[in-house]
Amino acid sequence: MWIDLAITMVKIIFIVTITVGFFAPVLTWVERKQSAIMQDRIGANRADILGFTALGLFHILSDAIKMFTKEDFIPQGANRALHTMAPIIALTPAILTFAVIPFGGQYTLWGKDVNLVISDLDVGLLFVFAIASLATYGYVVAGWSSNNNWSLLGAMRTASQMISYEVTMGLTIIGVLMVYSSMQLTQIGAAQENFWRWGIFLQPLGFFMFFAASIAENKRIPFDAPEAESELVAGYFTEYSGLKFGMFFMAEFIEMVTIGAIVTILFFGAWHIPFLTTATLLSMFDFLGDSGANLVVMLIHIGVFFGKVTISIFVQMVIRWTLPRFRYDQIMKLGWKILLPLSLANVVVTGIVILALE
Amino acid sequence: MLESYTGAAILLVIATAISVGMVVATTILGPKREFPDKMEPFECGESQIVSPYQRFSVKFYLVAVLFILFDIEVVFLFPWAILYKKLGLFGLIEMLIFLLILGVGLMYVWIRGGLDWE
Repeated sequence: MWIDLAITMVKIIFIVTITVGFFAPVLTWVERKQSAIMQDRIGANRADILGFTALGLFHILSDAIKMFTKEDFIPQGANRALHTMAPIIALTPAILTFAVIPFGGQYTLWGKDVNLVISDLDVGLLFVFAIASLATYGYVVAGWSSNNNWSLLGAMRTASQMISYEVTMGLTIIGVLMVYSSMQLTQIGAAQENFWRWGIFLQPLGFFMFFAASIAENKRIPFDAPEAESELVAGYFTEYSGLKFGMFFMAEFIEMVTIGAIVTILFFGAWHIPFLTTATLLSMFDFLGDSGANLVVMLIHIGVFFGKVTISIFVQMVIRWTLPRFRYDQIMKLGWKILLPLSLANVVVTGIVILALE
Repeated sequence: MLESYTGAAILLVIATAISVGMVVATTILGPKREFPDKMEPFECGESQIVSPYQRFSVKFYLVAVLFILFDIEVVFLFPWAILYKKLGLFGLIEMLIFLLILGVGLMYVWIRGGLDWE
């Protein structure tokens, strides 16, 4: 009982450290540096400690200090309580979705079964959708409570864009659920040990549609109409300053990691290495003893999983700095008139193919 | 059954603590210098002319209604998709009828211009 709780705590601390403590801050630097490289600039390189700049990595630290010590501004006529609550509603679900995301398989360490997921729910994928969509409230409340025209326009756009793409996102993964007959993310991951059973081969159209819909759900360029700088100043967070402003950005970056993780689990073999089954890997480290081999394989799998997540985030960043923003009617058209009918067709075709093969 | 939610509950507490802690920290640490001109909502340099709390385009309501309709469809599809391999041909035909009815609904909204934003 207590040892299970201790293991759960270790997993939670690991996840919180790697999302809030590592990915969210480092991605702010990566975004600046990658955009600089893609646009033939130098990018963040000035912040230094004793003349040592470390490629501009200290900008993360200076950004954090700056955001903590800036004035927390609430405009006249705003709803103070809701204005303060909005960033909390936006950030909390973003972290919470990681409760069901497995970052490795199951291993036996010194007689104890370790399952590398905080909560192994049988409705895992549904949990992700349910919690992630709660963040919509945060953005809408932020825009509504600010007593600002730009904020309200941004909030309205956010609301209708996010709920539109939620339908599409739900429909695009139906095909994956049909193929693997499970909503439990650990089972979907475990089913992809064979390289040719990866989701990308079984559901290629599903992958592209899901990736597009999830980027739209995260409101990143080319789908960033809710916060379009050239039209709405900054959209729903125009009236936010200091770390409250930073929290909306953290939520966005953490959601990028979530998207990367979900895409990895559903379509890119989760923690598995191509053509290398867990059994083969275990026999390679046989000389370390049973638990030792399990431990090494566990660490390799965690590394492989986060490596794949990093690649997915990199692709999202490249898309963000390559494409221009879509017009709002184009975004809604893509969601309702292209992705929705296509994903319905995908469900029907998947159903017929599965039936024909069995 | 409920034990599997323990981890998620602990993470919920920690996530809330992190977000609340950040808001509290930034409220305490930042300076507070308030004067009337600064407290006005941002309006590109002008004083605010119209209040944002007015009527807005009915399109947004329409999208919300359509969302409820189609999201329930997705919710129905979830259990069907998981049991699909057991249901076989029966499941496929049943769901094709269901999708056909909803497809007709989608076509109706589409033709009536419910999805147009121009």
